[in-house]
Amino acid sequence: MESRFRVLFLVVAMIALSGCANGFLGLGKKKSAPPPAEAPDPEQVIDPQVERRTIKEPAIDAEDFEVGAFVGIMSIEDFGSDFVYGARLAYHITEGFFMEATVGQTEAGLTSFEVLSGGAPILSDRDFTYYNLNLGYNILPGEVFIGESRAYNTNLYLTAGLGSTRFAGDDRFTINVGAGYRFLLNDSVALHLDFRDHLFDIDLLGEEKTVHNLEGHLGVTVFF
Amino acid sequence: MSEHNIGITPSTSRKTRPDWLAALVLVLSQAFTTGLAEAADEYVAVSVADPYLEMRTGPGRGYPKFHVVDRGETVDILTRKTDWFKVRAPDGKEGWVDRNQMELTLQPGGQEIEFAQSDQEDFTDARWEAGILAGDFGGANIISLYGGYSLNPNVSIEVWGSQILGNFSNGWMGSVNLTHETWPEWRISPFFTMGTGVIHTEPKSTIIQGEDRTDQVAHVGAGFRFYVSRRFIFRAEYKSYVVFTSRDENEEVEEWKAGFAFFF
Repeated sequence: MESRFRVLFLVVAMIALSGCANGFLGLGKKKSAPPPAEAPDPEQVIDPQVERRTIKEPAIDAEDFEVGAFVGIMSIEDFGSDFVYGARLAYHITEGFFMEATVGQTEAGLTSFEVLSGGAPILSDRDFTYYNLNLGYNILPGEVFIGESRAYNTNLYLTAGLGSTRFAGDDRFTINVGAGYRFLLNDSVALHLDFRDHLFDIDLLGEEKTVHNLEGHLGVTVFF
Repeated sequence: MSEHNIGITPSTSRKTRPDWLAALVLVLSQAFTTGLAEAADEYVAVSVADPYLEMRTGPGRGYPKFHVVDRGETVDILTRKTDWFKVRAPDGKEGWVDRNQMELTLQPGGQEIEFAQSDQEDFTDARWEAGILAGDFGGANIISLYGGYSLNPNVSIEVWGSQILGNFSNGWMGSVNLTHETWPEWRISPFFTMGTGVIHTEPKSTIIQGEDRTDQVAHVGAGFRFYVSRRFIFRAEYKSYVVFTSRDENEEVEEWKAGFAFFF
């Protein structure tokens, strides 16, 4: 008798559960699936001529990528300052945030010791190249006015990121922080003024220390 | 002309005398505009279905509204920057409108338009994803760049390129992996991954002479993607690598990293 009840309960439970499961599974799909096609109502007099459709993403030219080049001056700690040049690629994710990749190259000058002693140079290869991947934020968007009837959009932005610097025969893990000013000549072309500090650890001159390498550059970028 | 006009006078016919800075900027912008002039005269036209459409002077929330277009009028969509659309009103004025307002416009046939938006639904459905992660690879620093393509909401294929910067050796690694997300619709979506690749190691010159090596690697791992907002994802993961060295024993390396990604 007892086992018969148990079987009965099990059967009831199984039916109930399978019903629930169907309900759950169906739940997600019901939202997106269009309502089932209804047979034409014989009493409907007006047949709508225009079928309301939702058109996805018409062909609108989006300009979220930015590519360009820059030149400026970079100071390498202990090694003087020299011209720096490089390239930048950015992707604007929102009106505030963007991601940026830059590569740059400069050359290390002579240390004070090398100049004063007139001895053998410390480095044979004096190239300094870096790349970094940054996250940027347009902190102060704005407009500037030139003359009475011209306005240009601008942005003051902050950047921070990681990368690598090849200097003195080694690749060095580098972090960088900086700020920049973007002046949009029109929707497609922008001028940049950027300041960056590149930090890495180096033990070239005896003791291991963190060096600051300051860079200031002017650039031109094109949005596409 | 893409810079917006503040006055009523169109910029091309204005008579004010520009100073040297204005002249320089003008020449530059004109030069670039003509250089990059696009042949596109066929813009998407939409009609305003809301009581009015607000045009701003720049693509951002803080820019002032300087013009409104009334219901029923048609505007041309010239270009798009993130979630902002540059439109041209019937009277020739050009300004920026945000996506939420553009969604309330209609195509000439009366159809609604759905602009590609970025919300949590897209986090689940978007096909492409790219990001930058950094962290620790067996004691060394690692910087990674990846791109991913979703084969379906659960499974995606990813390609990674990493640079490894350590105290004793540097190197790079390239790998391909498959990830599986069990609950892709969750805001914090965990995933499992496995893949294979190649690692190249160069011992540092200051260390006793070592050889450059290129070895095959395989890895398994797990992590999560956290939908922050818009197109942003925070991603963190752990991977366990086996390096198939040419020596007697294989090397095992643990990797932890975190970073940002976006989908599109």
